[in-house]
Amino acid sequence: MFNDFINQFWPATIDGLAFGSIYALIALGYTMVYGVLRLINFAHSEVFMIGTFGAMFVPFTLGINSALTGFALVGVIVLMILAGMLASAGTAVALERIAYRPLRKRGASRLAALISAIGASIFLQELFALVIIPNVFDRPQQGRVQMGLPRLMERTELFSIFGHTVRVDQVLVIVAALGMMVVLDRLVNATKIGRGIRATAQNPESAVLMGVDIDKIIRMTFLIGGAMAGVAGALYLISYENTNYFIGFLFGIKAFTAAVLGGIGNLRGALVGGIVLGLVENYGAIFFGSDWKHVISFTILVLVLMFRPTGILGESLQQARA
Amino acid sequence: MGDLTGPNSGIVIPPRNGAKLVIDEYNKTNPAVKIELVEYDSQGDGSKAVALAQQAIKDDKIVGLVGPAFSGESAQVAPVLEEAKIPSISASATNTKLAENGWKFWHRVLPNDGVQGPSIADFIAGGAAAKNVFVIDDKSEYGKPLADAVRAQLGTKGVQVTNDSLDPTESDFSSVVNKVAAAKPDAIFFGGYYAAGGNLLKQLRDKGVKDAKFFSGDGSLDKGLIEGAGAANAEGALVGCPCYIATPDVTDAKVKGFADAYKAAFSADPAIYAAEGYDAATVFVEAVKAGNTTPEKINEFIASANIAGVSKQIKFQANGEVEAKDIYIYQVKGGAITLLGKAAEAKLG
Repeated sequence: MFNDFINQFWPATIDGLAFGSIYALIALGYTMVYGVLRLINFAHSEVFMIGTFGAMFVPFTLGINSALTGFALVGVIVLMILAGMLASAGTAVALERIAYRPLRKRGASRLAALISAIGASIFLQELFALVIIPNVFDRPQQGRVQMGLPRLMERTELFSIFGHTVRVDQVLVIVAALGMMVVLDRLVNATKIGRGIRATAQNPESAVLMGVDIDKIIRMTFLIGGAMAGVAGALYLISYENTNYFIGFLFGIKAFTAAVLGGIGNLRGALVGGIVLGLVENYGAIFFGSDWKHVISFTILVLVLMFRPTGILGESLQQARA
Repeated sequence: MGDLTGPNSGIVIPPRNGAKLVIDEYNKTNPAVKIELVEYDSQGDGSKAVALAQQAIKDDKIVGLVGPAFSGESAQVAPVLEEAKIPSISASATNTKLAENGWKFWHRVLPNDGVQGPSIADFIAGGAAAKNVFVIDDKSEYGKPLADAVRAQLGTKGVQVTNDSLDPTESDFSSVVNKVAAAKPDAIFFGGYYAAGGNLLKQLRDKGVKDAKFFSGDGSLDKGLIEGAGAANAEGALVGCPCYIATPDVTDAKVKGFADAYKAAFSADPAIYAAEGYDAATVFVEAVKAGNTTPEKINEFIASANIAGVSKQIKFQANGEVEAKDIYIYQVKGGAITLLGKAAEAKLG
């Protein structure tokens, strides 16, 4: 068994990092919205799903069906990421406008918003299965069938660690995800909008008195969180080359777990939580078999929360120094 | 009844088409008693299937059911039909245990996984001469027993077997793939449906597991396997099936007639279980032709039926199993699924 662990350690680490980065990007959306509104946006999983289809739209419209190289490849990848961001951010903002703001304005309880989120989530899934996939993506009667992406990027070896291949697509996912995290971290900590977000998170009433436009800040929070899920969607699609209307479900649960694990409301916590979850899943699978993957990750979650109820990093957006 | 629009609908639509073909042919002859085909889309979900079966019995007053397509939903629907005394014939559910419940109204027109698994295993160890096999299942009511049957049979042949399972709702199988890469097998068997099978095969090949032959069972016999894995990755993959798919070069007049009629009606070649769906519906049509119109009478007819079907001679045992027990091996060649032959006789080219 330990032999297995040693043999599979490096490939498991690389896969764990790549998948963990995707979890982390999605987790940001949960954690930001929670930080500002104290609300778990359970429709965020569908924001990710729509991001994968936004990214899918680019090669689909361009009619690409063979692998690309050089500038064409870079161009298409950038376009896919942008399209994913656009689709996801648009969805997240629309969700806020339609599913949450009317409730917030009427002072409804957070429980009502939670139900509204679950309703929106089911609505979006069925919208894609019944309308968008059959019509926009020209797959009549196949709305619930997995949709594949033709191979865009050859799976070439970039370098190897102790004899284990590291592929170009894995590096792309990790690097792009970390890059987005740095940008986001700067955005929240060093810009005016970021200051508004932190102020609203700490004390909404005082923030209003200080001249912060709360509606705008909340909209921005959804927009940024959605855009991150869109990046995650595009990266996932490029690397795994398939998606379906239900793909958000498992990712949503895992990313939410990552957010809680790292400390919900804490941006860096989302990164730590995502990566830890990705690694633990893959290491655990070596010992207990792949079917135990979910059991292991949730056991870790329970253990962390028992001893550190605020998550690994704990400190949240509310307490962060302004 | 079956998954007509869900993720694995590719293996349910062909038998539905086959059944529709027979019933349309029959109705065109203007018989005294016409048969109406009502479709129930369970999306492969047992709880939906049970609700639909109740609706079928109470509201639509069906006299017989072709389906349910999958083993999981069959296990839940069969007791409901049994109580209502409605005969059913499945064209694709292959779980072994289904026949062990003493159901009198349940039948299937193809051999079960207890036959399929060992036959495929014999082929892996014999025709493909593999010594080190990695067996993966998807933990489903269909995939797990099939993979277990393969494991057991390979064990008796002295083949080294390594195991793992995956969750088919996931899309990242990297932990399974890493295990396979570390085990360096010369053959891999996957017990599960094609949606997960295609992704698994792609990720295996991308991870550099290129030489190990990929085997699977009837749940993966669909072009979705090739689409999911990509044509280059799927090339050479071998799939066993208790089903018989008519290939274009078929010579048997009866099979050719069926293939041509199918193509004319649905503008596609008959795919997996199309012939079995046709045969299942044929049994019902013959029952009605013989003047049986109540569910009980039809069930009596089925019990004693001995009909030359397209896929095989249809004769049921008391437990609902069909008597003919051939397993066929198919191979992906040039992006298409081709028939290699019966498992006992097939040879790798």
